[in-house]
Amino acid sequence: MLDTQLANKPHRSPPVGQIVTGAIKGLAPQLLARNPVMAVVAIGAVVCFSLTPVAFTQSENGGFALAIALLLMATVLFATGAESLAESRGKAHAGALRKTKGELTAQKLNADGSTQSVAADSLRRGDRVKVVAGELVPADGDIVKGAASINESAVTGESAPVLREAGTDNSGVSAGTKVLSDQLIIEVSANPGESLLDRMIALVEGANRQKTPSELALSVLLAMLTLVFLIVVVTLVPMAAFVGVETSTVMLVALLVCLVPTTIGGLLPAIGIAGMERALRANLVAKSGKAVEIAGSIDTLLLDKTGTITLGDRRATEFAPCQQVARQRLRDVAFLTSLQDPTPEGRSIVVLATEQGVDSQLSEEADGGTFEAFSAQTRLSGVDLTSGRKLRKGAPNAIAAWVTEQGGEIPGDYEQVIARISRDGATPIAVAEGKQLLGVVALSDVIKSGIAEKFAELRAMGIKTVMITGDNPITASAIAATAGVDDYIAEATPERKLALIREEQASGRLVAMVGDGTNDAPALAQADLGLAMNSGTQAAREAANMVDLDSDPGKLISAVEIGKQLLVTRGALTTFSLANDVAKYFVILPALFTASIPALGVLDVMSLHSPTSAVLAAVLFNALVIPALIPFALRGVSVKAASATELLRRNLLIYGVGGLLLPFPAIKLLDMLIALFL
Amino acid sequence: MNDMIAIYALVALLSAPLGLYIGRALGSKRTRVDALFGIIERPIYHLAGISCHQSMTWRVYALAILKLHVGLILLAWLVFMFQGVLPLNPDGVTGMSWDTALHTAVSFATNTNQQHYSGQAQLSHLSQTLAIVTLQFLTPATGLAVLVAIARTLLATRSANVVKGVGNYYQDLTRSVIRVLLPLAVIVALLLTWQGVPASYQAAHQIEMLDTQVEEVQSIPLGPVASMVAIKQLGTNGGGWYGPNSSVPLENPTSLANVIETASLTLIPVALLFAIALISGRRRLMLGVGAVMVAFSLVSTSVVVYSERMPNVALTELSLPGANLEGKELRFGTDLSALWGSWTTQTSNGSVNAMHDSFNPMGGMMLLMDMFVNVTFGGVGVGLIGFFLYLMLAAFVGSLMVGRAPELFGKPLETREMRWISLAILAQPLIILGLSALTVAMPQTAQNSNPGFHGLSQVLYEFTSAFANNGSGFEGLSDGTPWWNLACVVALLIGRFLPMLVPLAVAGWLAGKRTAPAGRGTLPMDSLAFMGLTAGVIVIVNLLGFLPALVLGPIAEAVVQGF
Repeated sequence: MLDTQLANKPHRSPPVGQIVTGAIKGLAPQLLARNPVMAVVAIGAVVCFSLTPVAFTQSENGGFALAIALLLMATVLFATGAESLAESRGKAHAGALRKTKGELTAQKLNADGSTQSVAADSLRRGDRVKVVAGELVPADGDIVKGAASINESAVTGESAPVLREAGTDNSGVSAGTKVLSDQLIIEVSANPGESLLDRMIALVEGANRQKTPSELALSVLLAMLTLVFLIVVVTLVPMAAFVGVETSTVMLVALLVCLVPTTIGGLLPAIGIAGMERALRANLVAKSGKAVEIAGSIDTLLLDKTGTITLGDRRATEFAPCQQVARQRLRDVAFLTSLQDPTPEGRSIVVLATEQGVDSQLSEEADGGTFEAFSAQTRLSGVDLTSGRKLRKGAPNAIAAWVTEQGGEIPGDYEQVIARISRDGATPIAVAEGKQLLGVVALSDVIKSGIAEKFAELRAMGIKTVMITGDNPITASAIAATAGVDDYIAEATPERKLALIREEQASGRLVAMVGDGTNDAPALAQADLGLAMNSGTQAAREAANMVDLDSDPGKLISAVEIGKQLLVTRGALTTFSLANDVAKYFVILPALFTASIPALGVLDVMSLHSPTSAVLAAVLFNALVIPALIPFALRGVSVKAASATELLRRNLLIYGVGGLLLPFPAIKLLDMLIALFL
Repeated sequence: MNDMIAIYALVALLSAPLGLYIGRALGSKRTRVDALFGIIERPIYHLAGISCHQSMTWRVYALAILKLHVGLILLAWLVFMFQGVLPLNPDGVTGMSWDTALHTAVSFATNTNQQHYSGQAQLSHLSQTLAIVTLQFLTPATGLAVLVAIARTLLATRSANVVKGVGNYYQDLTRSVIRVLLPLAVIVALLLTWQGVPASYQAAHQIEMLDTQVEEVQSIPLGPVASMVAIKQLGTNGGGWYGPNSSVPLENPTSLANVIETASLTLIPVALLFAIALISGRRRLMLGVGAVMVAFSLVSTSVVVYSERMPNVALTELSLPGANLEGKELRFGTDLSALWGSWTTQTSNGSVNAMHDSFNPMGGMMLLMDMFVNVTFGGVGVGLIGFFLYLMLAAFVGSLMVGRAPELFGKPLETREMRWISLAILAQPLIILGLSALTVAMPQTAQNSNPGFHGLSQVLYEFTSAFANNGSGFEGLSDGTPWWNLACVVALLIGRFLPMLVPLAVAGWLAGKRTAPAGRGTLPMDSLAFMGLTAGVIVIVNLLGFLPALVLGPIAEAVVQGF
């Protein structure tokens, strides 16, 4: 699901020049110092460079020292380049989203009610602005007065207009979106530079980026490994001297660089940035890198029924007549009552009736009839035909009351029919003509196609799904069973949600939830991952640690996948990097020592051309593996729905065993190539 | 061959029931064992003023360990220095120099028993029994105590089981000595006495030689040898009464005695797998851990046995080619020496029945690698603790590979934990390679008997043995000098306390965190794949750290002389 979603978004490939400049800027000592692995490589390069003139003058192999120095330089540049590439891709996405913002002007509302035209950049949090039809919203904010249809395509890419209204759960608007109708008073919710997108851009900016918790812990581990290898190589000098073996400094630097985890060390920042960028590409704006990372460890997903599991509107699925009523008659009456009904439910009844073969001429009968719209008081709607027929449909008890009022009787099986439909998870709508109660139309939630498979995948991955709905328990359980969620909460209130989150957290689980209303805010804040809809209220967007620009509650699942991908990529490349070292030992140790101890040639299992070519091949491999793996780092290792056991087995096999074996043929090949030039 | 089968059979048959007994004796559940030993333990608690029901935080627990050990080291140091004027010295042994005394005190207080002196000649009966044997009981007991503390907190399957803190050190220590080590040592000591190991407080026997030209009188030192040998074998101590350790007939008189002593090397470390499975309830995990250990052990032992069956290159021209019998006790031959050698290095015991220095290069290298790994069963308690350290590292990488933020038993592993785990792992190459490099950079301090590759192996072996708290020696070094003594003291202390206390600290830290329930999405720590990963981590960490040094030492020696 994620891959197809992302594929729809065109990749803007960033200019090469920008990446190269970024790569070179990354060589600044204070930036390199953030990454101990690359710092060691850079120092190694400097050492080899400084040894080059000496080696040339002393008629030693100066070319070798220079070649190693250049290769080490390239290794560092590949690493900084990977980071720069990830960064520019991320910025391209974020930048496109806010491109228009800087040029906007706003009609700022003064205390006396007058307006004043100001640049959008100067708006502060709490300022109120007036936006009329045809204008762009100047800043992220909350509608405090009015309702309007808005085109959000600048943010979401979706051009169908959406309704945003003050005082509802759909009161949030984003900068750059266009008001199509009416006028709005908007309260600005962020200072310049603090908007969601600004924060997101900070997450993809390499230099100022905060490392996420597990990235920090992994950095500690990589620093430790780097230190271990530094100790190994430094102590090798006196030990070799003790047994009468001369060691070349350039060779030792090469050994050190091949051993320190350059692959993961070089790609670690790029992996982190790319994770943020993938989230952004899915239109998920995370407020911190931690939020993206934690999404991967989520154990329990609280999912809103509407929008995630079911399509927003209910549809008619069945005509269930009472005894001694023909199904066709029920169908026809239901059809007639719904012809002028503008609600989605009404329209779906017309669709179902047409599908079931209603006579198209029938609609003429309704011409000139008086339509009675649905109201909260009567809880029914209908039509009085010119022929005098009174047709009604509505809530079962409201219709029963109406029929009784008309002097009719309630059929004996009426209650049974209603009970059966409720049990199936549908909502019954009763239909009556005059004093005769005809039967019931079943309105069912339509479960999104493919969602059951999605839940099966989540279950396979060990993630528990809980459906949250305002429906009664009977309806809820039926939908839960069809959709295949693990659990459900019926007649849910924000308090119930909050309590459930606390309960799950108390048993050690990490919980994610979606919300948009102000009363969702406490639960969004309590959840480990709170995803707010961009259309939601400001309170909800502030309490959440991730906001979906598309306002699609189903995005929560994408967030989990992006988080998992981020973590798996780090783990897989760490394993790969370490496993690679074994082969490099078999290349460099014989090269280091065979001159003094020829018998150690037996360790040279690949029978490489010469010590010089062997070491060059190993260092070259070490450098090339970084750009070769950049696609992995940027795209992320796939996390196809699988249990942890399968994932571990597969990744160990590919990145562990693969990482152990791959360098042997690769280095042998490079050695053969290098031998051609020596 | 029959002896070898008997040894394996003994360990296989006895470790399970012993482990279940240890689990009951040291676990938190009340059992009949409590009533039986309570009679002895209550007066001890009363006398020592311990309120054993007070659970300690990991910090207090660790501090209690350190305080007790500082006291023990000081006491032993003084006893060794002043043994000449102290009682129980029938042979008039003089005091040790300050540095050898310090090294000896630290060495025995760290369950290492590395000896830079010759046992029978340089220690009085007081030193042997009061200082040495006391430490030989208390140090394995400390390992057991910490292991049980970790099993109670880190491995606990239900969070309800986690008491506040990790337990009470003094109670765990007392129980380990009274319930486990003492009864077992009594049994083994009696068996050894029956086989002819001395058990006496008499002065040395003075024997008139038949061949008076050699020496007029030979002095044969005696003492309560059997009891010490029992605990030195059982408690992964290794320090013998006599200098040549269990190769001397007085310490290891018969074939049966050799079977008992060899089996005692691994008995408790193997039994602890069962004990921890019982205490923690994590049977599948401990099965996996056991499988990795058994695999490592079988590989190591096979290599050493094979290597020693090969001829010794130095002797090929002198005699008919045969197995390498240099430095071996002919009563045991190469197989039993190789088995003992590989087990004693796997379990961080360090007692010997042959001269490790004389093993063929490949065999010697395997012994070194056993000590690098040091968790193939490993020392009493500390072997499993060390394994958990590797397990933590594997869990970190493994969790990432299944797409979760790093977790250990469902509890988040964060930067603080990783910093200390990294430090504990880093310490090994830092200390062993650092001190070895320093030593060989100053050849006048090392004073090796062999130059070149074998000389490097000797230095490497000495520091590895110290850091691994093994205590066996390649020998051939004049190691009774201040440099060797002090350098080894550093290796001994860091090698003992860092890898033991870091897992305890991590257990303490994690106990306060949320526990994600195990499920399909969490790292399957008892799966074959994860155990493979753990084994891989152990091999890679040690191989990557020590391969260059091994190449210059035993590997160069082996390839130059043609294996």
